[in-house]
Amino acid sequence: MKITYLSAFGAALASMIWTPAAAEPVIWGFQAEQLEYRFLEGEDALVWDFDALAGSDELRFVWRSEGEVGESSGDFEELENQLRLQMPISTFFDAVVGIQASMPNGVPDRYNAVVGVKGLAPQWFEIDADLYVSDHPYFSFEAEYEALLTNRLILTPSIEMTLPLKDDAARDQGAWGPTFEIGARVSYDLIDRAVSPYVGVNYERSFGKTSNMLRTAGEDKDAFSVVVGTRIMF
Amino acid sequence: MKSIPLIRAALFATVLGAASAASAVAGTYNITVDKIRFDTGEFKKTGVAYNKSQTPTVLRVKEGEQVTINVTNNLRESTSIHWHGLILPFRQDGVPGISFNGIAPGQTFTYRFPIKQAGTYWFHSHSGFQEPDGAYGAIVIEPKGGEKVRADRDYVVQLTDKHPHSGNRIFRNLKMSADYYNRSQRTLEDLVRDSRADGFKQALQNRAMWGRMRMMPTDIEDVQGFVPLMNGKSTRQNWTGLFKPGEKVRLRLINSAAMAYFDVRIPGLKMTVIQADGNDVQPVTVDELRISVAETYDVIVQPREAKAYAIIAESMGRTAMVRGSLSPQQGWAGLVPRMRPKPLLTMADMGGMMDGMDMSGMDHSAMTMSSQGTSMPEGMDHSQMDMSGDMEDMDHSQMDMSSDMKGMDHSKMDMSGGKQEMDHSKMDMSGGMAGMNHSARDSKIGEFYAPGSGLIPSAANGGKFLSYNDLKAARPLYRDRPATRTIEVRLTGNMERYIWSINGVKMEDADPIRLKYGERVRFKFVNETMMSHPMHLHGMWSILDTGKGKWDPIKHTVSIAPGTTVYTETEVDATGQWAFHCHLSYHAEAGMFRKVIVEGGPA
Repeated sequence: MKITYLSAFGAALASMIWTPAAAEPVIWGFQAEQLEYRFLEGEDALVWDFDALAGSDELRFVWRSEGEVGESSGDFEELENQLRLQMPISTFFDAVVGIQASMPNGVPDRYNAVVGVKGLAPQWFEIDADLYVSDHPYFSFEAEYEALLTNRLILTPSIEMTLPLKDDAARDQGAWGPTFEIGARVSYDLIDRAVSPYVGVNYERSFGKTSNMLRTAGEDKDAFSVVVGTRIMF
Repeated sequence: MKSIPLIRAALFATVLGAASAASAVAGTYNITVDKIRFDTGEFKKTGVAYNKSQTPTVLRVKEGEQVTINVTNNLRESTSIHWHGLILPFRQDGVPGISFNGIAPGQTFTYRFPIKQAGTYWFHSHSGFQEPDGAYGAIVIEPKGGEKVRADRDYVVQLTDKHPHSGNRIFRNLKMSADYYNRSQRTLEDLVRDSRADGFKQALQNRAMWGRMRMMPTDIEDVQGFVPLMNGKSTRQNWTGLFKPGEKVRLRLINSAAMAYFDVRIPGLKMTVIQADGNDVQPVTVDELRISVAETYDVIVQPREAKAYAIIAESMGRTAMVRGSLSPQQGWAGLVPRMRPKPLLTMADMGGMMDGMDMSGMDHSAMTMSSQGTSMPEGMDHSQMDMSGDMEDMDHSQMDMSSDMKGMDHSKMDMSGGKQEMDHSKMDMSGGMAGMNHSARDSKIGEFYAPGSGLIPSAANGGKFLSYNDLKAARPLYRDRPATRTIEVRLTGNMERYIWSINGVKMEDADPIRLKYGERVRFKFVNETMMSHPMHLHGMWSILDTGKGKWDPIKHTVSIAPGTTVYTETEVDATGQWAFHCHLSYHAEAGMFRKVIVEGGPA
């Protein structure tokens, strides 16, 4: 199963790279929506969420990485890497296919195939909706909005929902028990849009079966943090 | 020379040609292409320049001259020079991949061509983003028998929009985020201000309407943050042209910017426009003019006082300005006025997008038509409004039309002209929606902005602002005859992805446009985007249809405003292959570009 995804992805990637040079320059870039220090009740954490991309208007190859490292333990609370292919399907939306590897410390690794959409919804909401397919499938939805307080001072509220579609007991994920993460960050474009430091708050809470499983495991069902970090784009 | 000249002109030319052949001059010019450090006074930046100078090189030649131009490439990358507006053999046109292979690093390429015209032109690199990086200069061609308009002083005034980022970086940033350089977006502060003016609900509804379309009314200049330069000098560096009071001064305005249109004025002076894009026009006196990217205008001014006059070039989006001076002596500087408020696009500028876009989500409930200040005929009926495209689900039900407007009959509305029975520009449709024009495709010849457009300029002193309509050819180059066919050129794009195209197809995916030598083609430009596009056809003239027949002005670059349809005609009199593109550097690179092949004719 895993191998199939990988080889399919590899083939797609290869076909992209071996395409004769297009007239237009290759587009590449790096975009970290989050690169932050979270002040938590327990152990503080370093968190990142970035996309590194290369490709053309028609096809982009994206490495997406999300992680959370405990400040004192150095443990990966979360470590997720994805290789995604992104291609336009409408004026404002791209289709996404890819593979994901989730390998935090202390729990079994998970590998998923990813299918989803990414784009800009009416009223400027940036949307990521992905279905992760494996023996432990789940659905994730992210929305983000940039409210311009001034042309450089930007308030970014965000919401992220993770919805397990089956139980994953080893990871305390209960079917149909969603975990929500909401945040609000105020950033200032310090150097162009390349470096935009921010402060904000982040709140995470699980519901339903997931919440019950966490309680049984002696874990918190929610976590509040004050965050300090920077957005990076180049 | 020209395929269809006036008979009398042909005879005249023959006689003159024979005379000039005997006295034909030949000149040799050398241009080096160098990497230099630019200093705008605001920032320093490595870029590309000709002859190692931040001050643009001016190539002065004579009509009838046979020129030899040696271009030496001192860069580490390939380069090229395109002679913008010159009529010459296509191999000399300097577009890599179309006219020739470019000039490799370390090599010298020799251009050889006869000068068959007179006037103000310019030259620039057609390779990568070397032109935005600084590779441009001016061409001044003295007509046979000397200048027709006497002037005591003659200055090139060449404008650019120097950016602290390199062209490559700008393009990549735009592809990453199309609004990367837009620092004029509407903010919370604007919302508060609009709420005070129009009420919170209306301000919010206006935001919602733009948000639904994911369009920005501030999308006028997609690359901001530049320092405009006049002859290589910023406001602080103050380019100065000297005069003695009472002298006539000829200014050869050239817009060599990568992206910025400029509104040019000289407070205290009238400008008499005598030439546009190298071709003489019947003189027209104005207070201010808008110069699109790649256009040229020659103006005559007559400063009478012994003081410094400011030459002001304000970018169309009012994000930057440069001041140069006309002064009786060096060291004096004209006053720098405060920049005028930033314009906003309106629904009129969206006109062209209505057809192409799926507008099903559009809710017109945000439109609140009030009767104040309008002069609408009674008996309006929306039933016959032709809104083509997917406009289903439009909700007109909440349109608040006050009672005295019941039964209005829109069938009598001429939506195309907008100035016949109804003056849309005075309709208060709230929140910058004045003058919605749903049928941009039918806009009349001579309307160079959509009625109600936010881009319609007005002179700073309330006086006369030059319009394309004011331009009349002084001497038509061609017999006026009907075009053999019409080629539709829809200017299209996806702002969010920063993809620009023609007829929905990018350059790399497009077939060339094929023309036949000897035909006269009519180009129908339909701007379906929200941005202005200065369209430039290489090698042949574009006769701009302003409805004046043989007096229509002859141009090399024609700006097509958002939501408008503009026609040009071209006598296909130059064989070979040519470039045809939007002259905004990043739009051209993103795909708003075509190769044109002229089949037949002399080899």
